Amino acid sequence: MNPLAAILIRDMRIAIRVGGGALMGVLFFLVVVTLVPFAVGPDLALLKRIGPAILWLAALLASLLALDRLFTADHEDGSLDLILMGRAPLELVVAMKGIAHWLTTGLPLIIAAPLIGLFLNLDPPAEAALALTLLVGTPALTFIGMIGAAIAVTLRRGGLLLAVIVLPLTVPVLIFGVAAANAAVVGPVPFGTPFTILCALTLASIVVGPFAAAAALRQEME
Amino acid sequence: MPVTDLANPTRFLALANRLIPWLGALTLIVFAYGIDRAMLAPDDYQQGATVKIMFLHVPSAWLGMLGWGVMTVAALGTLVWRHPLADVAAKAAAPIGAAFTLLCLVTGSLWGRPEWGTYWVWDARLTSELILLLLYLGVIAVWRTVEDPSRAARAVAVLTLVGAVDLPIIKFSVDWWNTLHQGSSVFRLGGSTIDPSILMPLFVMAIAFTLLFVTLQLAAMRNEILRRRVRTLRLMQASAVS
Repeated sequence: MNPLAAILIRDMRIAIRVGGGALMGVLFFLVVVTLVPFAVGPDLALLKRIGPAILWLAALLASLLALDRLFTADHEDGSLDLILMGRAPLELVVAMKGIAHWLTTGLPLIIAAPLIGLFLNLDPPAEAALALTLLVGTPALTFIGMIGAAIAVTLRRGGLLLAVIVLPLTVPVLIFGVAAANAAVVGPVPFGTPFTILCALTLASIVVGPFAAAAALRQEME
Repeated sequence: MPVTDLANPTRFLALANRLIPWLGALTLIVFAYGIDRAMLAPDDYQQGATVKIMFLHVPSAWLGMLGWGVMTVAALGTLVWRHPLADVAAKAAAPIGAAFTLLCLVTGSLWGRPEWGTYWVWDARLTSELILLLLYLGVIAVWRTVEDPSRAARAVAVLTLVGAVDLPIIKFSVDWWNTLHQGSSVFRLGGSTIDPSILMPLFVMAIAFTLLFVTLQLAAMRNEILRRRVRTLRLMQASAVS
């Protein structure tokens, strides 16, 4: 089998099986969204207004959850050393792991987002726009986050450090994701303006992320 | 002495030891002159005396960005040439750059209160500057988490290069987004929009701040080299005992 396809299938299997935590992200997403009305009060008009922002924030935090295991688990059981010695280019392997991570943590969020959006009193057009922005934006979160995951791979308390170094870098994605979701509903900017910038951010992070993460892994694992 | 000699930490220490007192004295003199000029500069016709905050705010903003610039160059030195002095330069620049960035945010906030009526707005320039501070703190966190200094340096180098995207965002944020912070007024096409009576003290203060940065950077690099030697000696001592 092609080594890259093998990595993709392996990572997805690990994520889906016991201890993988693929659905943990969705559960976390649901819990965070449920907490918000307790914090800001169950005012439906207010929730409708800040709903896209809450869902984006919850998606951002949920995508962080599994990130610290992205390379650490492989480092602990030694498979990362095999990957590094393997013939497949590390950048592509890392990109495949990113895709597997997104398919198991990002994609379930996008499927769940319209349902969870009902709790926040979102209208169908707003939910469609939100799902579309999440679909386009969450890969950027994975591919930016993998840089931090690679930097923190050998650390014992890597999870906390990961959040501290990754979250500031995800600010532009959050800004344009929420801006696009809001623009679709209330305006005044057309949906396309922030949405195309969001697409550009995702494409750029798909290019930069694997290279930076691979560089960090090579340096860390020496 | 060829420049490559500086790559030797011992030579660097000798040079730093000679330069630091002179640079410190020069910094003091330029600061004294700059503060004098700044105090004598006329008040703004609209802002009154609060315009003097600019003499602290603008140079510290520049140096906050210069600090990350130094770290970016050092990161290339770390990743490409594996040079230990580049690691030391990167580590030394982080807290200094963070301090200048914090100074920029604090002075800007104090200036914003009388002029804009608020300490903080989520303006593009302010937000990107705050992210720069968070990136600095993240880098410092990596330095403080990874025990082996050369491994920490390589991890920080990757993060520094990625974080460097924030520099152009800060610089052009006032052009790309039309928000509260004013646009470029010092370096712009068609000349500065600031009156020479205020611009001249600003440049003197910028030179003074830059000298301060260089002095602090050299001193911090010297301390870091000595700290690493102490660490190595301790490790040798510990392995000799056991």
